[in-house]
Amino acid sequence: MSLIATLARLEAVSTGRAQPAATVRHRHLSTRPLVFVPLITAGEAGAPLGALVGTDRDAPRLLAVPQPRDRDQRFAFLAELADVVLPYVDGFADTVEPAERSETDPETGKRVKVEVELCADAPQLIVPSRAGIDLVRLLGRSTRFRRTAEQDPEAPFPAPPRVPLLGRWLTHFGERARVPGSSLLLAMTDVLSRHWATGQSTLEDQHLGALLAWIAPPEGLSGAEAAQRAELARDAAGQLLCPPAGPATDPAFDNKLLAPAIERYDRARTALAAAEDGLEADDRLGALTAAEREIRALVESRTRPTWDAVWQGLDLLRELPEGARVEERWTRDRWSFTGHRDRVTSGEPPQPRRDDAVTAANKLATREREQSRLEAQEALDDPLVMAARRLSGEAFAGEVVDVVMAYSESKRPSPRPLVTVRTDDTPHLGERARAYRSLGGKPQTTEFVGYEDGPEGGLLVLRVLDKMGRGKEPEPGSVPEKGDRVCFTLFEHEPRGGAKLPDPEETPWTHGGPPGEEPAPEPADQVTEEDIL
Amino acid sequence: MTATPAVFDPGAAATRATDAILHDTLHGTARGVVVDSPPGAGKSTLVVRAALELAEAGRPLMVVAQTNAQVDDLVLRLAEKNPDLPVGRLHSSDTDPYDKALDSLDHVRKSAKAADLAGLPVVISTAAKWAHVKGVEPWQHAIVDEAYQMRSDALLAVAGLFERALFVGDPGQLDPFSIVGAEQWAGLSYDPSGSAVTTLLAHNPDLPQHRLPVSWRLPASAAPLVSDAFYPYTPFRSGTDHGDRALTFAVPSDASAPDRVIDEAAESGWGLLQLPARHTPRTDPEAVRAVALVVRRLLDRGGASTSERSPDPTPLTADRVAVGTAHRDQAAAVRSALAELGVTDVVVDTANRLQGREYDVTVVLHPLSGRPDATAFHLETGRLCVLASRHRHACIVVCREGVTDLLDDYPSTEPVQLGTLVKFPDGWEANHAVLAHLSEHRVAWRP
Repeated sequence: MSLIATLARLEAVSTGRAQPAATVRHRHLSTRPLVFVPLITAGEAGAPLGALVGTDRDAPRLLAVPQPRDRDQRFAFLAELADVVLPYVDGFADTVEPAERSETDPETGKRVKVEVELCADAPQLIVPSRAGIDLVRLLGRSTRFRRTAEQDPEAPFPAPPRVPLLGRWLTHFGERARVPGSSLLLAMTDVLSRHWATGQSTLEDQHLGALLAWIAPPEGLSGAEAAQRAELARDAAGQLLCPPAGPATDPAFDNKLLAPAIERYDRARTALAAAEDGLEADDRLGALTAAEREIRALVESRTRPTWDAVWQGLDLLRELPEGARVEERWTRDRWSFTGHRDRVTSGEPPQPRRDDAVTAANKLATREREQSRLEAQEALDDPLVMAARRLSGEAFAGEVVDVVMAYSESKRPSPRPLVTVRTDDTPHLGERARAYRSLGGKPQTTEFVGYEDGPEGGLLVLRVLDKMGRGKEPEPGSVPEKGDRVCFTLFEHEPRGGAKLPDPEETPWTHGGPPGEEPAPEPADQVTEEDIL
Repeated sequence: MTATPAVFDPGAAATRATDAILHDTLHGTARGVVVDSPPGAGKSTLVVRAALELAEAGRPLMVVAQTNAQVDDLVLRLAEKNPDLPVGRLHSSDTDPYDKALDSLDHVRKSAKAADLAGLPVVISTAAKWAHVKGVEPWQHAIVDEAYQMRSDALLAVAGLFERALFVGDPGQLDPFSIVGAEQWAGLSYDPSGSAVTTLLAHNPDLPQHRLPVSWRLPASAAPLVSDAFYPYTPFRSGTDHGDRALTFAVPSDASAPDRVIDEAAESGWGLLQLPARHTPRTDPEAVRAVALVVRRLLDRGGASTSERSPDPTPLTADRVAVGTAHRDQAAAVRSALAELGVTDVVVDTANRLQGREYDVTVVLHPLSGRPDATAFHLETGRLCVLASRHRHACIVVCREGVTDLLDDYPSTEPVQLGTLVKFPDGWEANHAVLAHLSEHRVAWRP
């Protein structure tokens, strides 16, 4: 944690309110995000209990699974979810704009520009907390290899038609969420705690109710009091007033309300199956429907507060102006979305169970590059973030007090002006260290020459190296002038791309050689006794 | 079986190990040979010797090192051993890509393009630069230096360039790291964030593995501790014995705590300057000042070292002393504290950057000093191992009291990942072992 983040947390404690940790919004927010508030069943990995999902804050779609261990009902839930998610995703697939991408020409081996489609906008999925992202991944993993009756008439438990496709999209969202700075799938707690510092620990910040209590405490309560109430307060029946954001539920809810309701549902179902004539069946169907309605009401009662909290979080975030470089990162998300759209339409198989060596290395390289980019861009977009970097000696701001024209020693001398900056910051500048400033959105490189009167004096001399045009005289505006306020960073603004890795077919012997031919598409897991109720 | 000699002969043991390694490298059939080397066991000497023998045998050789400093150092060492051997130094296209000292070597050709260096018996570069070399005939042989500090994905990028390779490295030093989470691939044999050697051995378990058994750097006072704490299953010995090395000071102690800890370290090889327990920011001003004071006194007191290298005492000059820290801001703080005391030419750096370096005396700011918590970063075995194994004579650790309690409050809680090799010893245990030893050489100080 940076010194300034610690200070903000201390201030939050003393003032009783969360303090801003950013002056702009560092993540893209869609005008029409799809909010997904899922619940799962305790003790049963990946068994959904229900969810609220939708794009309209006043009319979420309620999905519920009355008997979460019933595989048919689980499939029905997933099919219903697919009915909401896939039309939403497809809605972004057809509006495209022309774009260029460089590709390697298979014949000449040269890099050439090709005209391609880029989706003009992309879907955005918002879940309440990080555990929600994990569930999205889990749902994706458990459904993308399922076979529908159409794909495989022999499949013993065929999945409803659109479920495998849902799994592929959820997997894509889940993988993209691992890329720093991406916004295709966001956890509300992560985004809120990026923009506000609360007086509680980062672990406690993962409780959406407590986090919002610090950011916007109700009238008359301090953040700490409101957060404690959000975490602990229970009604007369022993139920939490602010149910956890899920997907896990509160054990008191499970034991006192949910378990009896499911039991009633099971009894009603058994009774219906045992009905001997139509009249009796009608009666018992009524009881079953009532039991089901009761479970739906329970699910809604635990998801609706979280649903409202997510939208409240969106409102709070929308009040912040978007950072200048957020758009550029969202464009990368659009490329990622367009790429997966193309893979789906061209009939490629689902994402493999495990990455091969080359894919894993490529993904890691991309994420590391995006992490450096994100750190640099957030600092450039936001003086508060830059302040943290200045405090840690990775950047400095100050006033230009002198500019002396100088030239490089070569046959065609180029301008290499010397700029003296007065700063109160203490950057860790080594000999000939590079410092960069943003000039019209592009980094301009300077080299640290020395201190004018020792490290204590705060007068730094920098030699400007580039972005001054081709002429003998620097282009107007390309060199700072006396009296200018400037901010230089010691970190690069644009991370360099790494070397290209070999193709998977050319995986070297050190990494096990080329991956073997896998039966495509991969078969689903064997059905075991436990799979069938 | 012959009787084991009554007295351990370090020179003979090291020669036997080196001969076996060179035999496997030059005449073996396996595609790779792995050599584990504890700190200061002559790894660089081995690399230079193997390179010269491979070049002599007429096998085109590429050498992969991890940093430009390591590459330049290897080129200089090769040129020192065989000035007539043509060596290629492949470098980046940045400004000042290599050490200017290379310009004075007649048979070293430098270029940013691999094609310019084609046909030379030995070409040396960093893994990052090699990764950009494409479309060339593979080299018959490669030497991968510091292979345990190389990431698996970096090896993936260069492994297509050679047919066979000698991998040399120190398994006890810092593991490679990634700046983003890589749990997704934990347990896969080719986890891109893991070390190159782990991946290599997972896919090629039958490769011959060797170990250098003698540390020439660490004195007899340090080798047993470092070996027990960090290499419990692959012990090594010191090449020198107690009494072979000595550190003396012309100026007697002024009875201050820094002087007393210096004397203790000169006498026993280890010194712990302990400040009162307190939670502090990373750049703890008192601890930083204590480090600077110790360094100042080390230089002021006219130290001289005698060792097996020369019978005459060698003066303890600033270039023979180094300060090690865990974080870069700590290093910066120590540097400015030293500058205030008029010391400017002592190396102050983080563990990562001190890897592979050697000094007579090191002063270490303990990674856990003053911390309220013990994170995986600070507990990492390799960090402490690097900091505690850079010295030929003595190591002085500056630390706040209470680290043992901190360790007991924070046992390692990293999740266990299926399929990954559990690394022994863990940082918790190694830290306890080192602290227990250091506490015997403690000088308490209330600044």
